[in-house]
Amino acid sequence: MIARRSASLAKRAAPAALGLGTLVAFLLAVEVLIRIGVINRHIVPMPTQIAAAFERVIVEEDIPARFRLTFMEALAASLMITVVGVLTGVMLYRFELWRRACETWIAALASAPTVLMYPLFLVIFGRSAWTIIMMGFVAGLPPVILKTIEGLATTRRVLINVGRSFNLTSTQQFTKILFPAALPTIFVGLRLGLIFTLINIVGVEFLINFGGLGQLINDLAERYDLPGTYAAIFFVILVSVCFFIFTEKVERWLRPVD
Amino acid sequence: MPSAAEPASVCDDAAATGGILVVEDIVKQFDTPEGPLIAIDHVSLTVKPGEFLGVIGPSGCGKSTLFNIIGGLVDGYEGAVTVAGDRVTGPHASIGMVFQEESTFPWRTVIENAAFPLEVAGMGRRQRLDRARHFVSLVGLDGFENRYPAELSGGMRQRVAIARTLASEPKILLMDEPFASLDEQTRLLLGDKVLQIQQELQQTTLIITHNITEAVQLADRILVMTYRPGRVKRIVDIKLPRPRSSEIVSSEAFGRYVAQIWNDLREEASRGMRDDESRLKAAEHP
Repeated sequence: MIARRSASLAKRAAPAALGLGTLVAFLLAVEVLIRIGVINRHIVPMPTQIAAAFERVIVEEDIPARFRLTFMEALAASLMITVVGVLTGVMLYRFELWRRACETWIAALASAPTVLMYPLFLVIFGRSAWTIIMMGFVAGLPPVILKTIEGLATTRRVLINVGRSFNLTSTQQFTKILFPAALPTIFVGLRLGLIFTLINIVGVEFLINFGGLGQLINDLAERYDLPGTYAAIFFVILVSVCFFIFTEKVERWLRPVD
Repeated sequence: MPSAAEPASVCDDAAATGGILVVEDIVKQFDTPEGPLIAIDHVSLTVKPGEFLGVIGPSGCGKSTLFNIIGGLVDGYEGAVTVAGDRVTGPHASIGMVFQEESTFPWRTVIENAAFPLEVAGMGRRQRLDRARHFVSLVGLDGFENRYPAELSGGMRQRVAIARTLASEPKILLMDEPFASLDEQTRLLLGDKVLQIQQELQQTTLIITHNITEAVQLADRILVMTYRPGRVKRIVDIKLPRPRSSEIVSSEAFGRYVAQIWNDLREEASRGMRDDESRLKAAEHP
């Protein structure tokens, strides 16, 4: 019994252990390659130097406030892409003419380098967090719309027919069948949207030098503080990890098993 | 012991005695790139209360079209379908449908799937789960109430779909090749389960299938359809004793019925095969 339980625990912990082990091995390899001179230490700092820089960056550069600002900007933009993206996707699914008229444009927008539009957003929203949020919103919106349409349009015909056979109203058909069936695809869109949003938020913070982790990375890079720059990048990754864990939790709550 | 050789007739005797489900002179035509295609041509049938009617025919004979017409999922046809005198003009509360494809909702547990029609009807949570539990038990899935479909086998998932349809307490259970995707052993055992439920509830049932064994095992009467356009070729009364189980498939009388229906179907199936081949040839050498 105990042996079976510990075997099951080991099986569950194995992926995390393998991932962590691979990361540690990678960092060790980088450390060794820098120390023996294969990688230039003036371009890539040693992982031990980055680890040592954490305390300095957290205390001297006010990481908590910067982390909070970037996190809140990302949260605002994420909520906006979720609400606007899903609603727009639903509308375009329902009105086929509009869908056929817009889908290609939205797909084109998804691959466009919208970050280059930041001067326009600066003019509209000023040098404020709103410029950053809106840049993140515009970048993350297209995948959410496209994947929402795809999820709804690819719902299996038989599930729709089950709903019809029970005489569901169109609202019931949507809330009880179409939307739950489309959720996994919608969440793929949300994850893609989150990636684009976060890249743009940190990128625009970097470009317009307005608070947050992006600005800190810019400052530290300009000071040629490479260990500090990499330590700051770690916190950007941490924001991303927080969002992805949250998204996964919400998806599991809405669709416990596929 | 009944004789499989006794004459069968295309005249539907049930019509004279009054049926709960009456299908009258249905004609359904589809527009295709090659021109209009008559899928169903003047098909009439009557199902008596508590009866188990099988509809069998080769692929392409319009069985599924007939299923969708009776279920109210297809319109634009000639003729009429009535349930207890009420004309079917769309999905009807008295008709419950079980589909050929896997149709459970993957995001709902077994009990939540079974409770679905009660939920949309506005029944309270506790009451609907209690009712649904009864139907889950009826299909033999006690202990699996809180599992998700992904955690079940294909046969179990199909039983969930049957429980969900039964929970809406339809007057007529309409099944379109419900065991088509299952292996032969599971198919026979599920047939037993369906027979047991049908006898317990005295449920009027219409099953559409292309499996002769399945049709003879389950049905009181079998309506044999022709290949395109789908017409009623023959109606065969299955006078095998009830209650039946899958053991009946090894009986001599069962074999005679299977042989008789196969004789009727073979010609139609061959015609379908020849038709498919000539269409493929025409596509290769236009």
